[in-house]
Amino acid sequence: MRVKVRHSTEYTYDQAVSRGLQKIRLTPKNSGGQTVVSWDTGVEGGTKELSYTDQHNNLVELLSIAPGTRTVTIVCEGEVDTSDTAGIIGQHGGYAPLWYFRRSTPQTRAGPRVRQLVRDLGKDFDDDPSRLHALSALILDSVSYSTGTTDFATTAEQAIEAGQGVCQDHAHILIAAARLMGYPARYVSGYLMMDDRVDQDAGHAWAEVHVDGLGWVGFDVSNGVSPDPRYVRVATGLDYGEAAPISGIVYGGRNESMVVQLQVQQ
Amino acid sequence: MANRPDVFDEMHGSGEACRSPYSGYADWFQRQGAQSLRKKSRDAEVFFRRTGITFNVYGQQEAEERLIPFDIVPRIISGREWSRLTRGIEQRVRAINAFLHDMYHRQEILRSGRIPVDVIAANAAFLPQMIGVEPPGGIYTHIVGIDIVRTGEDEFFVLEDNARTPSGVSYMLENRETMLRMFPELFSRVAVREVSNYPKLLRRSLAACAPPGCSGSPVVAVLTPGIHNSAYFEHAFLADQMGVELVEGQDLQLVDGRIAMRTTRGYTPIDVLYRRVDDDFLDPMSFNPDSQLGVPGLMDVYRAGGITVANAPGTGIADDKAIYSYMPDIIQFYTGESAILKNVPTWRCAEPDALAYVLEHLDELVVKEVHGSGGYGMLVGPAASKREISAFADKLKSRPGNYIAQPTLALSTVPVLTKAGLAPRHVDLRPFVLVSPGKIEITPGGLTRVAMKAGSLVVNSSQGGGTKDTWVLEE
Amino acid sequence: MLGKTAAGLFWMFRFLERSENTARLVDAGFRIALTRSAAAEAEWASIINTAGVRQGFLERYDAFNAANVIDYLLRDRDNPSSVMSVIGNARTNARMVRTALTREVWEATNEGWMTIRDLLKRPVSENGLPDILATIRRQNALVRGALTGTMMQNDVYNFAHLGIFIERADNTARILDVKYYVLLPSVSYVGSSLDNVQWETILRSVSAQRAYRWLSDGTANPRQIADLIILDKRMPRSLAFCAGQISEHLGFLAQAYGNEMPSHDLARAHVKRLADHSIESIFESGLHGVLSDFIGRNNALGQQIERDYRFYG
Repeated sequence: MRVKVRHSTEYTYDQAVSRGLQKIRLTPKNSGGQTVVSWDTGVEGGTKELSYTDQHNNLVELLSIAPGTRTVTIVCEGEVDTSDTAGIIGQHGGYAPLWYFRRSTPQTRAGPRVRQLVRDLGKDFDDDPSRLHALSALILDSVSYSTGTTDFATTAEQAIEAGQGVCQDHAHILIAAARLMGYPARYVSGYLMMDDRVDQDAGHAWAEVHVDGLGWVGFDVSNGVSPDPRYVRVATGLDYGEAAPISGIVYGGRNESMVVQLQVQQ
Repeated sequence: MANRPDVFDEMHGSGEACRSPYSGYADWFQRQGAQSLRKKSRDAEVFFRRTGITFNVYGQQEAEERLIPFDIVPRIISGREWSRLTRGIEQRVRAINAFLHDMYHRQEILRSGRIPVDVIAANAAFLPQMIGVEPPGGIYTHIVGIDIVRTGEDEFFVLEDNARTPSGVSYMLENRETMLRMFPELFSRVAVREVSNYPKLLRRSLAACAPPGCSGSPVVAVLTPGIHNSAYFEHAFLADQMGVELVEGQDLQLVDGRIAMRTTRGYTPIDVLYRRVDDDFLDPMSFNPDSQLGVPGLMDVYRAGGITVANAPGTGIADDKAIYSYMPDIIQFYTGESAILKNVPTWRCAEPDALAYVLEHLDELVVKEVHGSGGYGMLVGPAASKREISAFADKLKSRPGNYIAQPTLALSTVPVLTKAGLAPRHVDLRPFVLVSPGKIEITPGGLTRVAMKAGSLVVNSSQGGGTKDTWVLEE
Repeated sequence: MLGKTAAGLFWMFRFLERSENTARLVDAGFRIALTRSAAAEAEWASIINTAGVRQGFLERYDAFNAANVIDYLLRDRDNPSSVMSVIGNARTNARMVRTALTREVWEATNEGWMTIRDLLKRPVSENGLPDILATIRRQNALVRGALTGTMMQNDVYNFAHLGIFIERADNTARILDVKYYVLLPSVSYVGSSLDNVQWETILRSVSAQRAYRWLSDGTANPRQIADLIILDKRMPRSLAFCAGQISEHLGFLAQAYGNEMPSHDLARAHVKRLADHSIESIFESGLHGVLSDFIGRNNALGQQIERDYRFYG
């Protein structure tokens, strides 16, 4: 399936920025059953300083924001061919060792609530995938999808406590639980083409868990499925922080506001 | 002078006769008056104060700048002893760099089971941001200091590897400078190998590691945390001796995809940064977000190949005390040879059997924190009181993985000049190693640290230790 | 050169210069106190004013007597302008720019700091004062000698001298401005012995008593004194000399760097404004006004140099 994406993010500051740097991870991966046909990232109000691939093979671009800037706009546009792999990304590649994906991070730390979730899940499963699908369903059951309760800094534990969350929170909880059960797990940020609309408010996020024999397998808790050809994988990491589409430091520039425009279609 | 029979004295061996490396010096020494030597000793102190060779001690407001005591009796190593040491050091440094490359790539040594994964996985010195990085020349640790102790005629042990930011080289150079000024005639009687070209070699070695894209003469700079750092004198000294800029984080900025320093004429990009700032503080965007000492974006420029950082971030994984205990395996694994220089036998308290042994024998052992340095937080069993030992046992039991233990070695002694004449004091040795593509250079000599208190085994300057000039004789 | 290094050099030498000027001020006050005890209190007060530390002084002391003023100006670490504070600052800056200094300059600075720190450990007795003041001046002379004798005459040298002369110009102008009334012809007791003492203080404060003897006809004359201290380019602490040196060192920088900066225009204007004056026109247009204008321009020039050469990030 060919998925077309146009994604624009505009930051506006009430007071001019004195200086800033932003790391962007917005270029889809050319692996795991998807091929980037074309992709372009344009920036207004900032300068692309350099690019490199990080420890997760994400393409990272570094933008500098010049003093006096009030608006920064980042626009990505392109097409990606995807295929149906039943959610299976395949064998682990790259130099980041599998044990690294068992490291917990502040957002994916397994506290009492994650532990309880894993106890509730039980152990009686035929195989790893069915166990993880059950976990995914249990998480959606305990934490319903709802915007506005959590934000980008919410931890897995906090989201369970709130009983509500968005795709980022679902992914963090699944990752925390999977690591607790001994699986390497990672966060994926990307795009999802929705059947009923073109315009979306934000990108999507889900989780991948490494299962012996199969390799990495994706789980989208929020939608209760494993990724299919409608999913475009962009960046991966131990948690949101390592895969964040845009992150950085801005000095000065008070009262930032952000407007996202996203269209995903066939 | 009286030597303990179980301690090897480098001047007199185990008996009264003078060992051959010291014979030239001993001849000269006998002809010196006690009074004039003591005067020289005082002159040396004035000299050090005037040149500002001081270090800052953390946590001491008063006496913010202290002198490290300098003893005027040199520590002398024969050419033969030295060449054996250098073979061992070279082997070790080669293995350390191979290990570091492996750690940040395929981790073959973990796959082979020679080192348990947990030793790395649970280690904060392992920097994920370094995974997959190919530093220029494949070199991770460009400047290494290997701490060596001696217990007998042919008994040398490596006590510690310093692969992050070894300090003390300025003392090696200034100690020699002081000796040359005070005892010029000695150097015409005894053929001592030069150390003074170290800064030149350092600069050449750093420049040789410039990023591949660098054209022309590489711009080198030294990054210091600032004048309040305990080793600031050394940072300034090395920059000055190399003829390169001494910069702080606030002098640097990302400009046109490079890290550049603010000069009176604008921004100048840096090719090689000899950093004396710890990993955690290098870049607030990649590491500690509160750091004011580093430069935002440094790590990104590094990964993009726009700058060489020496030593590379993440080299601490090789000089951790838990890794130390695996060094013989590491050397065997990467060089195919057995280690030329021995390790001190080490109990890893993380292992239950070892812990039990250590708890039984605390009064005989030296127990160190795995991630500690500078002699802080360690227990010297034979010198500790019952109460100190029992308090330490509690700490050890609550976090065994945090400690390793070693036997108390009978470190060799070298005489120091005291009010009552020569008296033996325990010493160690830190030779300095420079690594550049295809080349490992070891300056003949190094920093000899000496415990100034009789019988004491603690040579750290932060704990009252002093230094000596270290002579390697021409063969 | 790093912008920070230029800043460190500039301030290192400003602070050293300031320590010497403060020592000289104390010396001048001390002489008056010795010779004319009746006027002493007013003299000490005027010295505190000249040093620009009146407010801080009054927060600590009630009376302008010798012991208080000497202690405050020489030793008090809470006084940012005391000799102890400024030589400490000079040394800190020297440590920061250690790589730009020769061993000789650094050692002279460090040794000077150690010597003066030891001398000022305890309160200074009147007997001990002349020796201490002489030591402060001598230690400064050693640093300046090492600077001239061992340093390359490049931008390092120029920024050091910009610091020296910006500071010195400011000091000389302040000394005159605090005392300008004694130079005014309208003062009724012209020719009285009080006047002579006041003039003597001014000359001593800028180490010009000897120069004045040689360059004037020997009689004390306010116009000649003002002329010497403001306009005479042979006098190394005169305003004209300092302004000329600033302009000259900026000129060397322009030559070395291949371009002029806004501070060059300011410096030229600074020099020209003095050159356009004669001592008569200065008195006609008002001595105080001329001095205030000079101090303002001198400060602005210093700040422009800091910006032009990127002293701070």
